[in-house]
Amino acid sequence: MNRKLFFYGQGLPYLKINQYPGTLIVIEGADCSGRSSQISSLRSWLEGQGHAVLDTGLRRSNLVGSAIDEAKKGNTLGKTTLSLLYATDFADQLENKILPAAAGFVVLADRYIFTLMARDMVRGASKDWLRKLFGFAPVPDMIFYMQVDPQVLLYRSFEKYGTLDYWEAGMDICLSGDIFESFQIYQSLLAHQFDKMAEEFSFIILDGHEAPETIQKKLEEILRDTSMMVR
Amino acid sequence: MLKACNQAMAGFNGRLIIVEGCDGSGKSTQLYLLKRWLEQQNYPVFFTEWNSSELVKKSTKKAKKQNLLTPTTFSLIHASDFADRYEKFILPHLRAGYLVLADRYIYTAFARDIARGCDPKWVRNVYSFALRPDVAFYFQAPLKVSIDRILSGRSELKYHEAGMDLGLSHDPVESFKLFQGIIKSQYDSMVESEKLVVMDATRSIEQQQKEMREIVSRQILRDFHPPTYGKYLSCNMQGE
Repeated sequence: MNRKLFFYGQGLPYLKINQYPGTLIVIEGADCSGRSSQISSLRSWLEGQGHAVLDTGLRRSNLVGSAIDEAKKGNTLGKTTLSLLYATDFADQLENKILPAAAGFVVLADRYIFTLMARDMVRGASKDWLRKLFGFAPVPDMIFYMQVDPQVLLYRSFEKYGTLDYWEAGMDICLSGDIFESFQIYQSLLAHQFDKMAEEFSFIILDGHEAPETIQKKLEEILRDTSMMVR
Repeated sequence: MLKACNQAMAGFNGRLIIVEGCDGSGKSTQLYLLKRWLEQQNYPVFFTEWNSSELVKKSTKKAKKQNLLTPTTFSLIHASDFADRYEKFILPHLRAGYLVLADRYIYTAFARDIARGCDPKWVRNVYSFALRPDVAFYFQAPLKVSIDRILSGRSELKYHEAGMDLGLSHDPVESFKLFQGIIKSQYDSMVESEKLVVMDATRSIEQQQKEMREIVSRQILRDFHPPTYGKYLSCNMQGE
C-alpha cells in the first residue's frame, strides 16, 4: 500500500512521484544520548522480521561533507554559512539516499532536521527562517527523542571520549571560556530547544537514562503496535 | 522579507552596489569600469563575485562535474557560497564603511533556482538574511543579443551554464537559449518588486558607463562620506 508523502513546507515541487511505500523513522537526541546503539539494535530487530533497512545520519554525504570538516577545523565559518552547509548536506542525503530507499525500505535516520534547527536556534537563527528553510523535508512516520539530562551527558562524554568536544561544548558561541561550564550551558540550551519542539512536531519521548535494553524493548513495542510495520 | 536599506541601519556606513543580468549582458565590464572610476577617486572599494567562496567552490565544482545536484541542493550550495562571502566579506566591509560592489547578488539565485523548479517563496526565505542593495543595476538586453555574445566567444557551453539539468533540450545550444529565456523573464518580473534599475545593455559601453556613473553619483556618492581612514587605505600607504 502506497502512502502519500507529506512535507513540513513546500516540499520538493519538482518531484514527480509522491507515493512511497517505505517507512521513515527518526531518532533524535544529543551526542552520547544512546542513539547509535538503539539504531543498531533496531536495525537487527527489523532485519530479523524481514524488513530491508537503510540507516543514515547527518554529515555523511560526499557533497559538502569535506567543506564542513575543513571549516570546522579552522573554525572560520559564519553561522548562516554553517546552517546552509548542513542544510545542503541534509538535502543531498534526503534526495539521493532517503527518498530512493523510501521506495520500500525502512529508513532509520540517526538525527534529522531537528538537531540542525536546535543547533541553529541556540546560535541565534530565526525560528521562522529555519522552519521555512527545512520546508523541503518530509514528515517522518515517527520521531523518537532520547531525552537525557545534560549532567548525565557530561558524565557519558568523559566515559566515551575521556574529554569534552569543542563543538559539543558549543565553544564557538562563547558561552563561557571554561569548556566544562560551556558544555553544561550549551547542552541545556539544546535540551530546551528539543523540549519545545517535542510538542510542535509530536516527538515520542524516550527516557535516555534507562538501560539500553529497556529502551529497545519500548521501541519494539511501539513499532509492533503500529500498523505501518505490518505488511 | 529583506531588511531595510543599509543607511537606515546603525553602524552600517558602507553602501552596496550590485549588477545583475543574463550571461553576455555586459554587466561585469560595466562593474569593472565603475570600480576603476571609484578607485581613481580614492573611494574605499571592495569587489566580490558570484560563486567564488574559497570554502564552498571546491564542493560546487566537484558536484557539478559529477551531476550530483538536484534543484534543492543546487540552490543550497550556492546559498552557502553566498552566505560565506556575505558573512566573511560583504557585511564586515559594509560595516567598516566600504563601497561594496557585487557582480551578481541574490537576484541571480532567485532567477536560476526558480527556473530549476524550486518554490519561489522558499528561495526568497533562504536569502532573507541578506541586506537589500543600495542600488541594483539590471543590464537588460534582448535575448538574441546576449546569446550571440556568449555563443560567438565560446566553443562549448558547460552543462549547468546551458541549463541542461532542466531537461529543456538535448542540444546544449538550444537548451541554453531556452534557459536564458526563462532567466530573462524572471529578471523582468523582478524589476518592479525588487526596485532594479534597468540599464539598456544594447547601447555602447561608454554610454552605459556614463549613465551608471551618473546614477551612482546621484544616489550613493552625494551623501556617502567614507571614514577618514578610507583615504589612507586608498593611498597605498606603506609602513608608518
